[in-house]
Amino acid sequence: MALKLYGIPMSTCTARVLACIYEKNIQFQLVPFNLAVGEHKQPSFVAKNPFGVIPVLEDEDLTLFESRAITAYLLKKYKEQGEDLLRLKEGNLKEEAMVGLWTEVESQQYSPATTPILYEYFFAPRRGKIPDQKVIEDGIVKFQKVLDVYESRLSQSKYLAGDFYSLADLHHLSFTLYLMRSPWVSLISSRPHVKAWWECISSRPASLKVVQAMTPAEK
Amino acid sequence: MVVKVIGPPNASSCRKVLVCLMEKEVEFEIIPIDLFKGEQKSPEFLKLQPFGVVPVIQDGDYTLYESRAIMRYYSEKYKSQGTDLLGKTLEEKGLVEQWLETEGQNYHPPIFNLHLQFHHRLGLPIDDKIVKESEEKLEKVLDIYEERLSKSKYLAGEFFSLADLSHIPLTHYLVTDIGKAYMIRNRKHVSVWWDDITSRASWKKVLQL
Repeated sequence: MALKLYGIPMSTCTARVLACIYEKNIQFQLVPFNLAVGEHKQPSFVAKNPFGVIPVLEDEDLTLFESRAITAYLLKKYKEQGEDLLRLKEGNLKEEAMVGLWTEVESQQYSPATTPILYEYFFAPRRGKIPDQKVIEDGIVKFQKVLDVYESRLSQSKYLAGDFYSLADLHHLSFTLYLMRSPWVSLISSRPHVKAWWECISSRPASLKVVQAMTPAEK
Repeated sequence: MVVKVIGPPNASSCRKVLVCLMEKEVEFEIIPIDLFKGEQKSPEFLKLQPFGVVPVIQDGDYTLYESRAIMRYYSEKYKSQGTDLLGKTLEEKGLVEQWLETEGQNYHPPIFNLHLQFHHRLGLPIDDKIVKESEEKLEKVLDIYEERLSKSKYLAGEFFSLADLSHIPLTHYLVTDIGKAYMIRNRKHVSVWWDDITSRASWKKVLQL
């Protein structure tokens, strides 16, 4: 039975899981989901994810929510196919821990810094609100500090966890894709090592599929 | 060689790591840092942890930061000793990750806000708006936990795991300094779970440090 993924490709958290699925070439079924009609608040969905948010993965009788828990599960289950993005092979525990460190940094520093900026710019207008410039300005100040740490790290290491592409880099794809579609592209492009890293990770075949999935259909 | 844990022993993020190391029967040494003197922003510290937050561990010449990454590393490294904090099967591990992510994404932000608001040493005026919003968010998360824990002894299943452990230090502040024990006590299953996880010897020892 194929995996079922409930979610919307345009959503950053769903796209995070898609990136992992494409890297590992996993057979799956994307279950169409309609946020606009409140499908995420329906009892049948809340039974799967009590937080009422996407994505949710169903693998036979296992149901999982939280995109970063889903990607970790998929990489462990499919560790024999595709690249070793969690460094699970024997003796690589320290590398695995570095992947763990930078996935935590993405989760605790990078995404919380980008979320307010991207929310105000992309999503507030859809809810009829005017973007809050103060939130955006404060957000940019915080985010620049985080990016300075990344610039320093990536001047010593080709990818975040070491000289290998890993889940830590992958987790950054979807948020950064939105950033590159915003007026603040220069935050990335003005930092040579972050820029080079971005160009490298976003040009992988699986990443290009994510870009396509995150592109709204032509009307 | 003994693991060095750099940070104040009573900081919530450090306590998580200390409880984990005790559960895994790993010897450690605390190198205290004074956050109020800004020692976490010194150039020496920033070389170890460029974001200037605690904890950091040094294990010989290996350095690691982010409390959850540290816990995962030691839980895996010492999986054959002490308490199994990760789960045995792939499915159990998936559920541990799900609830550990839930703690990081949904529980931590509002409870950490409350912790900062009521921190007596920070001495800042309390922002009622932040307190109200954080409480409301936390209440919703605790409702979900109440439902979950009515079906399962611990968050990830019938075994204590990193997911439960990660909640202990900040929830301790919630029921003490922050003065909102009712949020736990008003929920029957959360209350039972709370008493269970805080009765563990590892937590009792960490409180003495």
